[in-house]
Amino acid sequence: MDLSYSPEYEAFRQDVRKFIETNRESAPRGEAMKSDRVQSWQKLLIEKGYTARTIPQEYGGHGGEPDIIKARIIGEEFARSQTPGGLGGQGISMLVPTLLELGTEEQKKRFIPPTLAGEMVWCQGYSEPNAGSDLASLRTSAILEGDEWIVNGSKIWTSTAHLADWIFCLVRTEPEAPKHQGISFLLFQMDTTGIEIRPLVDMTMARNFNEVFFSDVRVPKDQIVGKRGEGWFVANAILGHERDSLGDPNATLTRLNRLIELARQETMDGQRLIDNPVFRDRMMKIQARAMSLRFNDQRVLSSRINNTDSRLARMISKLQGTELRHDLEGLAIDIMGEIGLMYGRSDYLTDNGSWQQQYMYFLGLIIGGGTSQIQKNIISERGLGMPKEPKFEQKAEA
Amino acid sequence: MEFGLSEQQTALQDNVNRFLQEKAPLERVRQYSEEQQERADDIWDGLVELGLPALLIPERHGGIELGALDAAAVCECLGRHVTPSPFLSTAVLAPTAILLAGSEEQQNQYLPEIAAGNTTFGAALSEATGARRDAGVVATNSKLNGKALFVIDIYSDNYLVADTNNRLHIVPSDANGLTINTLPQIDRTRPIGEIIFNNTPVDALVAEDRGSALRSVIDIGRIMIAADTLGASQEMLDQSVQYAMERRQFNRVIASFQAVKHMCAEMAAEIEPSRALLWYAAHTIDEDPEESHLNACHAKAHLSEVGSFVGKTATIVHGGMGFTDLLGLHYWFKRIGYNRQILGGPESIREEAARAQGL
Repeated sequence: MDLSYSPEYEAFRQDVRKFIETNRESAPRGEAMKSDRVQSWQKLLIEKGYTARTIPQEYGGHGGEPDIIKARIIGEEFARSQTPGGLGGQGISMLVPTLLELGTEEQKKRFIPPTLAGEMVWCQGYSEPNAGSDLASLRTSAILEGDEWIVNGSKIWTSTAHLADWIFCLVRTEPEAPKHQGISFLLFQMDTTGIEIRPLVDMTMARNFNEVFFSDVRVPKDQIVGKRGEGWFVANAILGHERDSLGDPNATLTRLNRLIELARQETMDGQRLIDNPVFRDRMMKIQARAMSLRFNDQRVLSSRINNTDSRLARMISKLQGTELRHDLEGLAIDIMGEIGLMYGRSDYLTDNGSWQQQYMYFLGLIIGGGTSQIQKNIISERGLGMPKEPKFEQKAEA
Repeated sequence: MEFGLSEQQTALQDNVNRFLQEKAPLERVRQYSEEQQERADDIWDGLVELGLPALLIPERHGGIELGALDAAAVCECLGRHVTPSPFLSTAVLAPTAILLAGSEEQQNQYLPEIAAGNTTFGAALSEATGARRDAGVVATNSKLNGKALFVIDIYSDNYLVADTNNRLHIVPSDANGLTINTLPQIDRTRPIGEIIFNNTPVDALVAEDRGSALRSVIDIGRIMIAADTLGASQEMLDQSVQYAMERRQFNRVIASFQAVKHMCAEMAAEIEPSRALLWYAAHTIDEDPEESHLNACHAKAHLSEVGSFVGKTATIVHGGMGFTDLLGLHYWFKRIGYNRQILGGPESIREEAARAQGL
């Protein structure tokens, strides 16, 4: 066990800290996605190598060497100082790595630079009403007519579809092939004729998702990533990526500290809830779980640096991280009691209703990005070597 | 940066596991338990040969001067093999107490003997983590009176005893005025007992701040017990997966049913992060003492919960066989049950954890 970083990394941490102190005044403060402030902050961070760090300069990145520890230090320092880091979103976190790995040279030059700069916003068209956990059974079709794909069908749970310029979308191009081999990965603009977007309000009452409908949407033939019929493998090249980032243990520990403050402030019959043994016990249970996930995360980082195996430790993080966070937010609501029911504008509302919002939001994350049940399949099959559920013979659906 | 066991620590585990697999398999543990043998000298001699009692003892006293994480790595192996041995009291609790609270003379007297495997210790600390019924030991004029309950590793040559003022003492098992009664209990791999003191002469450990030495002994003890639970839990999961891959019902192995797979996945999802929590807690004992009390509390309380969940779930995966003595899975279930209660149950430890951070 050696938890120290070399002096080179400690110096790097100081550099990041100094940068944040000097420049945090120009960081965005909740402006819209494409505002000047957001884009110039992004530009500055790319220049410094604090985001898009390993993406080549010719594609608008910083062009640095991959370094897991530096990436971690950057993440930690921005989170610690509560300063917005580089832009996220599905275009940057999912499409850009996919293109880097599997895109043509022309596609890389055309799409990566404006995406990194925050000028081109993307949404992800994967899930469909009848293709959720069984994503590969998706039915949105694309038929090649001359130089164009004609896309028909619908997508659901499409985050930011109403704000996106482009969509990366899984479509069925070979209906006769086995389900994993008949899918292609298309890119097209969201203002193309034939696209209709309907908001899908979630239980937090926010518009995070949309339904997207395609009727005879025409897409230029060359806007396909990978070969025809290989879309499933294109999409899977980076799917693990998304799961790793859900339920971050450091964010959970920060949240726990806030929860402890809440328990100090809230009273029942004039007594602080922090002094109530039942709530103390529940808080400590959650703290131990949060700490174990943070150390688990450090173990995974360490195994990536030292090239050792920690597959199971990695596989459990989405499952446990999202479940824990939901439990934590739920504990805050129990501490508040009836006050925990307040939602919307109320004088009694604590912390702007963030506990109520996050309690529901993290229920969504238990489901999204691979449900807990799917995570358990992955853990048991790939982690413990147990067999897949045998498939029963399926009759063709009418 | 390396978060986890070092190559040497993994090699240490390999050695201990290999020895236990060969010389102390379940049949040997069964024999020890069923015949209610007092000491399993064959097993202890093997552990001594591997140098384990010398683990935490400084080189100047004939030890090998390793740390708490090394000892925890060993305890994980002992839990995995449900090994009967006085390792916890002899190799961890007594040396820690003597090093922190003993005089130079006492260190010279006891530590080389422990390191060489010439003497064993039990530990009477239960009253310091919550006295039950009428238990309590009072020290006056180098004499002990009263009763210590649930003494760990009861069949030993000496006892480490905490009195009601949080002072630590050493008593040989053949001292005058000592009545030792074994208490029949659920985990027959680790005999516990009660000791009744009647003007028993003792060797008091003489540190300046005796309360803090006792607390350190309990902290490191809790981490070791948590490690034992980790090893036992991992073994129960491994056995569950193996059993599910062999057992057939409805013309298929039961490991192909999601109901069974998800139980195994849930066990793995609980065990894996608790491993990191345990490593970190053990690491703080030597490298970050300010943090060690809180982390020891969390490691013990959390692994108690993980262990209970795994003990129950693994037994259920085995179906009716899990409930039988024939299969012997209950040895691990009971091991985990013992670990949960000894040196403080999870509820009282979590209260300590809250206080440790000023809540």
